[in-house]
Amino acid sequence: MRSILPVLTVVAAILGIWLLAVIPMNMHLVADQGQRDGLVVQPETPAERQEFSGLGLAMRNPDLIPLTYNFKRPRLPSPQQVAGEMYDTIFGKKITSKRSLVYHGWVTLAPTLLGFVIGTGLGILLAVGIVYSRVMDRSVMPWAIVSQTIPILALAPMVIVVLGSMGIQGLFPKSLIAAYLSFFPVVVGMVKGLRSPSGMQLDLLRTYHASNTQGFWSLRLPASLPYLFASLKIGISASLVGTIVAELPTGARAGFGARMLVGDQYGQPLVSWAALFAAALTAAALVGLFSAIERITLKRMGMAAA
Amino acid sequence: MMYVLLAFGIWAAGWWLNLRLSNGSSAELTAVKIAVPAIFGLTIVIVWELMVRGFEVNPVILPAPTSVLARLADEGSILWADFKQTVLKGALVGYIIGAIAAFAVAILADRSEFLTRGILPVGGFMAALPIVGTAPILVKWLGSDWESKAAVVAVMVFFPILVNTVAGLKDTNAMQRDLMRTYAAGYWPTLFKLRLPSAAPFIFNGLKIGTTLALIGAIVAEFFGSPTVGMGFRISTSFGQLALDMVWAEIVVAALAGSAFYGAMTWVEKRVTFWHPSQR
Repeated sequence: MRSILPVLTVVAAILGIWLLAVIPMNMHLVADQGQRDGLVVQPETPAERQEFSGLGLAMRNPDLIPLTYNFKRPRLPSPQQVAGEMYDTIFGKKITSKRSLVYHGWVTLAPTLLGFVIGTGLGILLAVGIVYSRVMDRSVMPWAIVSQTIPILALAPMVIVVLGSMGIQGLFPKSLIAAYLSFFPVVVGMVKGLRSPSGMQLDLLRTYHASNTQGFWSLRLPASLPYLFASLKIGISASLVGTIVAELPTGARAGFGARMLVGDQYGQPLVSWAALFAAALTAAALVGLFSAIERITLKRMGMAAA
Repeated sequence: MMYVLLAFGIWAAGWWLNLRLSNGSSAELTAVKIAVPAIFGLTIVIVWELMVRGFEVNPVILPAPTSVLARLADEGSILWADFKQTVLKGALVGYIIGAIAAFAVAILADRSEFLTRGILPVGGFMAALPIVGTAPILVKWLGSDWESKAAVVAVMVFFPILVNTVAGLKDTNAMQRDLMRTYAAGYWPTLFKLRLPSAAPFIFNGLKIGTTLALIGAIVAEFFGSPTVGMGFRISTSFGQLALDMVWAEIVVAALAGSAFYGAMTWVEKRVTFWHPSQR
């Protein structure tokens, strides 16, 4: 709790920098528009204005500064504009409307969650296989580690289009990407977790004459939970990023990624920015949810949350 | 049909060989430890090739490894130009800028306990966000050449490196700091002789996370506008021409570049943090 004040300070500093940056970023556009509306603008032709930096232009036309915060198609929208647009599109529209961010959010979230569940499930199974089979450990594990250094996310749009051309559309292609991205963090984390019991603990079970299955359920699996939660948090945010990137350049009509691109292409920067922040909030909510589950579970199991 | 049966045969043979190798008496030799995953990878590539031939898969959907290899050999100069544009200019420049910025902010913030407590949660939060979504905006601001890609990369790698560096700088215990004080060491000697070295494992962790992010950022940003060279550009245009073997050739280059970048970082880490328990 004692870190609330510092966190607020850092957030306020970021907001402050943003607010200051709005002026020079939008100044040229505002000056051009102001001239068209009949205001007096200091260097009079756009060509002359290009010689000045945004800041220099603001110094010469201090009365135009307030306009930069309410410009309709800004290069950098002000925080209150983004907040307003988000409020409008989240609460102001029916959730079935194509302009509602809730609708687009669900289009992105559904494949993320489906893919995440698939990826996590398969990841845990593979991890169990790796821990109990030497061959799998030796042959698959190095590739699982190497695969994390490959920028596979960059190929997400292509995977969508290939599957689309094979006639597979809808939820599944995006889920596949989300599943792939959450798969390897879970494998690597779970292998570490399932191996975390010490030799002493394993020996104790052997003295109880416990079978491999009993050992798995009562020692290895509980011991792996802290590692599993750490991987889940990485996996869910990776899944969300994957789904969004998959939507970005593929001509998707709905979803956060599609909104970011539509706003960019049709000169509605506010739409892009609102989608960007909504995606950020979603990611934060998902990670927060898993942290909460982690805290509760580990507490009930008698382990202190890390 | 022959191809498919052969594929199953090779799969079984590869698995049997690995079974023998990893349960045999020589399982602990380094050569065997390298050979087993190599055999596994090779088996997958051969099975892939045979399956593509056996089922006569349309090369628009999945090209055979041999045709990808042929592309790699034929289009070497194009691939090299793309590599230079995307990896050496976009990704590497952005990575260095982002790392230096993160480092500078971390050391500044470190002077105040208050700021550290604020930056750690905020930075950790930012690191989990889909920052790659800023790519269209940054490409619009900075134009379509490599500068905008470097900017995307810099923003993406900034937060993981920042959080790890700040966390690392806190990782000294009171005894160690007291020792420095008995030597009458001021802030800077303490920073350089004690705290930076002990933060090194954390810093390298952040730097290694950043390597993959850098390549992703550079390639994805090219989807939103780029000059007519670059890996992201080539992937999306080859894809439009249904030249999937070229797409896969770029994937291979990206994978090699990603692993090499990561490997290089690991190598430097081994040299710098040779004293750390995880390296011994």
